[in-house]
Amino acid sequence: MTSPALPKRTPLHALHKEQGARMVDFAGWEMPVTFAGVVAEHLNVRKRAGLFDVSHMGEFLIEGKDAEALLQRLTPNNVSRLADGQAQYSALTTETGCFVDDVLVYRRSEQRYLMVVNAANIQKDFEWIESRAEGDLELTNASDDFALLALQGPRSAEILQPLTDIDLSEIKYYRFAYGEVLGEKAMVSRTGYTGEAGFEVMVAPELAEKTARGLLEKGAAHGLAPIGLAARDTLRLEAKMALYGNDIDDEHTVLEADLGWIVKLNKGDFVGRDALERQKEQGVERKLVGFEMVDRGIARQGYPVFVDSDAVGSVTSGSHAPYLEKSIGLTYLPIAACSDGTEFEIEIRGRRASARVVPTPFYKREK
Amino acid sequence: MVPEDRKYSKEHEWILVDGENGRIGITDHAQGALGDVVYVELPEVGKTVTATEVFGDIESVKAVSELFSPVSGEVVEVNSKVVDSPEMVNADPHGDAWLIVVKMSDLSELEGLMSAPQYQAYLDEESEG
Repeated sequence: MTSPALPKRTPLHALHKEQGARMVDFAGWEMPVTFAGVVAEHLNVRKRAGLFDVSHMGEFLIEGKDAEALLQRLTPNNVSRLADGQAQYSALTTETGCFVDDVLVYRRSEQRYLMVVNAANIQKDFEWIESRAEGDLELTNASDDFALLALQGPRSAEILQPLTDIDLSEIKYYRFAYGEVLGEKAMVSRTGYTGEAGFEVMVAPELAEKTARGLLEKGAAHGLAPIGLAARDTLRLEAKMALYGNDIDDEHTVLEADLGWIVKLNKGDFVGRDALERQKEQGVERKLVGFEMVDRGIARQGYPVFVDSDAVGSVTSGSHAPYLEKSIGLTYLPIAACSDGTEFEIEIRGRRASARVVPTPFYKREK
Repeated sequence: MVPEDRKYSKEHEWILVDGENGRIGITDHAQGALGDVVYVELPEVGKTVTATEVFGDIESVKAVSELFSPVSGEVVEVNSKVVDSPEMVNADPHGDAWLIVVKMSDLSELEGLMSAPQYQAYLDEESEG
């Protein structure tokens, strides 16, 4: 073990401080957790727009003649279905069908892929991929070569369109394009982690501050505000987007995590395929479900969960939901208890409180 | 923003004394450190609270904190408005968002609490620390 190093800083560190961010250590990074306050920020993204610094996330370049074959072998989703300029939600899976990480795979061209991974897993993921690489491949951990900004919320397009030469209406969901933003080279994708319409903008680190300042300045008239990690977490929870380390990990399979839609058993062999096929045939014994509290209280990560007084696990994510104004969360329940409306109990600091399985996503934007 | 009319605990609660009754809340500093308060759990009227011990919980979106009573005694009033609208704690921690009123069983406990200037100095020290 090496001694913990000082947290890393993104290229926007000075800007965050200038804008009054409260900073925290997250996955080895010093990141803004709040600016105006988590509730105000959360609502601003739902009603107007918000700008997030997600430069801490990792980026790998996977290139060469065998790039597609490698990705097909390491991820459960079907990479061969991607067109140039298309991205895909997927995972790096273990032999048991569980998660090494959840990832986004971008096809830039036939032999050039980009993978975006969670900040906490950059080293682990890169080693995982490298140790399984065979053939004509060039793998680059380019995490320090990219800054990533997320512009999310119903007003994202009207804010970004005047500032870019890319026709945003041409970028469909989970597609991306290269062009200029504020006169500088950028990649723009229609992706995000909030349940809102929005874009992610990837630029070189030295351009990050200029880009972020420009977006915030021009977006101010539309209500654009900087958003911290706290609201990023509550936004993604309302949209039931899984968080690695909370809701998904190396002990729960992709099927148990209710992410069967990224598992393409017919595409050919991949790491974890046998385990997932077997589990699919036999049926999962537990599944990740969304719940809301029936009794008062907020069920937080790690709180014990009981079905008919049997301990069955713990809350994987739980929070007050600022837009829904409810107490919500996610947990794995035995399959018999997974249907909507089923009541179960959560122990909140020594007190048993009732919760109920509800349909997810908790929040779905109006289109 | 430390009102002069009351006393303070190291756990950032205030107590406003009126005869043998003490009205208790959390300080402006405490609400600022917590962030958006979304949940408050308070004892029922008739319950006994003990100085320096937990009498309830207060939660922001991201954090859970315990409420420590600055004095011992019996709860004679509970602010149900705060339970229904926890965001009041952020808006008016020293006023409308008081939490409970305790009929004190040992007035000498007040002597162990800080005056407003002492509490201000305590805050200054904490922020330097």
